[in-house]
Amino acid sequence: MTEHLRVDPIACRANGLCADLLPELVDLDEWGYPIVAGSDVPAPLRATATRAVRACPALALSLTDR
Amino acid sequence: MISLWYASRAAGMLALILLTGTVVLGALTGGRASSARWPRFTIAALHHNLSLLTVAFVAAHVVTAVVDGYAGIAWLDTVVPFVSVYHPFWLGLGAAAFDLLLALVATSLLRTRISPKVWRAVHWAAYACWPVALLHGFGIGAGDTQSGWGLAVVIACLAAAIAAVLWRVGTSSPDTRARRGAEKAWSLR
Amino acid sequence: MTTTQHAAAPQDADHRLLADWYETGAPADLATHLTRHGPAPLDAYPGGHGRDQLIAELERSGLRGRGGAGFPTGRKLRAVAAGGRGPVVLVNACEGEPVSGKDHALLSLAPHLVLDGAVLAAHAVAAVEIIVCLHDGDPLARPLANAVAARRTDPVPIRFQPVPRRYVASEESALVNLLNTGDARPTSKPPRPDQRGVAGRPTLVDNVETLAHLALIARYGADWFRATGTQDTPGTTLVTVTGAVREPGVREVACGTPVGTVLRLADAAADAQAVLVGGIAGAWLPLPFAARVPLAHRELADAGAALGVGALFVLPANACGVAETAHIVRYLAGESAAQCGPCVFGLPALADDLARIAGATADTGVIARLANRLAIVEGRGACRHPDGAVRVTRSALRTFATDVDRHRAGQRCVHSGQSYVPLRQGERGYR
Repeated sequence: MTEHLRVDPIACRANGLCADLLPELVDLDEWGYPIVAGSDVPAPLRATATRAVRACPALALSLTDR
Repeated sequence: MISLWYASRAAGMLALILLTGTVVLGALTGGRASSARWPRFTIAALHHNLSLLTVAFVAAHVVTAVVDGYAGIAWLDTVVPFVSVYHPFWLGLGAAAFDLLLALVATSLLRTRISPKVWRAVHWAAYACWPVALLHGFGIGAGDTQSGWGLAVVIACLAAAIAAVLWRVGTSSPDTRARRGAEKAWSLR
Repeated sequence: MTTTQHAAAPQDADHRLLADWYETGAPADLATHLTRHGPAPLDAYPGGHGRDQLIAELERSGLRGRGGAGFPTGRKLRAVAAGGRGPVVLVNACEGEPVSGKDHALLSLAPHLVLDGAVLAAHAVAAVEIIVCLHDGDPLARPLANAVAARRTDPVPIRFQPVPRRYVASEESALVNLLNTGDARPTSKPPRPDQRGVAGRPTLVDNVETLAHLALIARYGADWFRATGTQDTPGTTLVTVTGAVREPGVREVACGTPVGTVLRLADAAADAQAVLVGGIAGAWLPLPFAARVPLAHRELADAGAALGVGALFVLPANACGVAETAHIVRYLAGESAAQCGPCVFGLPALADDLARIAGATADTGVIARLANRLAIVEGRGACRHPDGAVRVTRSALRTFATDVDRHRAGQRCVHSGQSYVPLRQGERGYR
């Protein structure tokens, strides 16, 4: 059961905390919005991904099962 | 029991300073301030942690005031504004500020379980909580806050909060501006 | 009874939805409609078993949505029916596409086919309500309301919902959002409307042409439907042809008809250089190559385009495809709901880059920058609006590659900056 990182594009306000906390999985485009490359979260990054999800001021980031 | 009364006054002063710090950090968080040494999540985490510390000191301030018994403050007076025997108006302001603070912290701890709109609305109430708390401290503090270094602290808190709010009001992110422009175009506001 | 008995099926392979129009030149009122087709055959699909049979018939027919996405209609019905909880049917009569007129034509000429389709679809999914979504101020509102009133035997209530005149307001989730909150902007998925839509109910959103085809399939069967068209795109389709043509307008053709045949019917200019297929956010195909491409999903996909809303815009020889596309993308940018960063900031950036290319502005990095931006904008919105802008831009860079090279070499457009695609930025919306 892989965990899957997802951005809600309407909720996202380009705060950018996710890219700061999880640079391995999240890049920012030229306007500051996250590009979640691949979006499957490997086990070693699960804890950091959870931190990033909690840190998002807009609650736009989520971890789902896929 | 007189020492608890003094402890309450000291805790109150500290709570005011901590609350001011929380508001300043909150404004910085919302205004997306950041630097190399202070990235966004650090400022946000500091704001979050300082708010919890503030609650602890406010709780200490409230508990010691009630337990001390000097002023005959009942437990109910701490959350229901303006019903106390002791300085009902100034104490009532404190109760009101305390209520707002509890709402702020409760909604923030339950942030993932409540509607984002509700969280935002309650959090904007923070800008009401702080001036009410300040007025409570200034009014009920009498000698403590209306003269000497106590007054200096109150003035410093006032200056810091005003500066932070002015800065916050003056910033907006491109995202916010784009959304506001679109909402006008769609006649949603 | 394992198979439904079908009424005497119409024989014309090309003109089915608009049969009355092609024959008499007049719109079909209720009497004419009933004479030709009879009433909607609800009795042929009784009870839960009947509903299942109707959905199965639609799945067998291979009917795909005609609102732009081309999603298999039977599958959508199946999903909504499985959702339980009193579904709702939305009839999408909002034709927000500037170069398409087929929905309006169909609603003027054969409204009762559309309404039959809505009633049959509602029956298939056991819906509790049908809501016809029409742009605010649409002149068809009154005639349609009259058409609904003239029918007396529909088992499910039909009501009307006016929709703000914006390009994205007729997107599925935007219609649901409008009905739920008064805000006609798309929402994030999940949940999709077929799972949770109006008032939390499973919601079927279908284009009017899709419903009209559905109404005929329910009467005459999947085999009849498949007797024309192609294997993967059976039946007929409505096509709107505009641009450099002497006979613009809406026609009904068998699916699989080559683009060239339709262009000839519209008397397209012999020297037209390209055709925009599927709508303004579709794909450019060069002429004469496009003439041989059949109007069917698979063949169009192989050619780098898609059926979309069946609109063909013909670009005259003396136009600049790059400039036209810049104009289109600028319009699409203005029609963004501005809810998602990559769309609200990305689309104007794409339009800027295209304008710089078309204007032969000295900018060595513009092609690479545009390619990067196309990759970044695609797929990162809550709806498909930015994807459309990306698609039309990519197709322009492919189809007008020679023009792009000439512009990069410093050559400006020979002809004036006049634009041919008829675009007017959306009026102010309202709740």
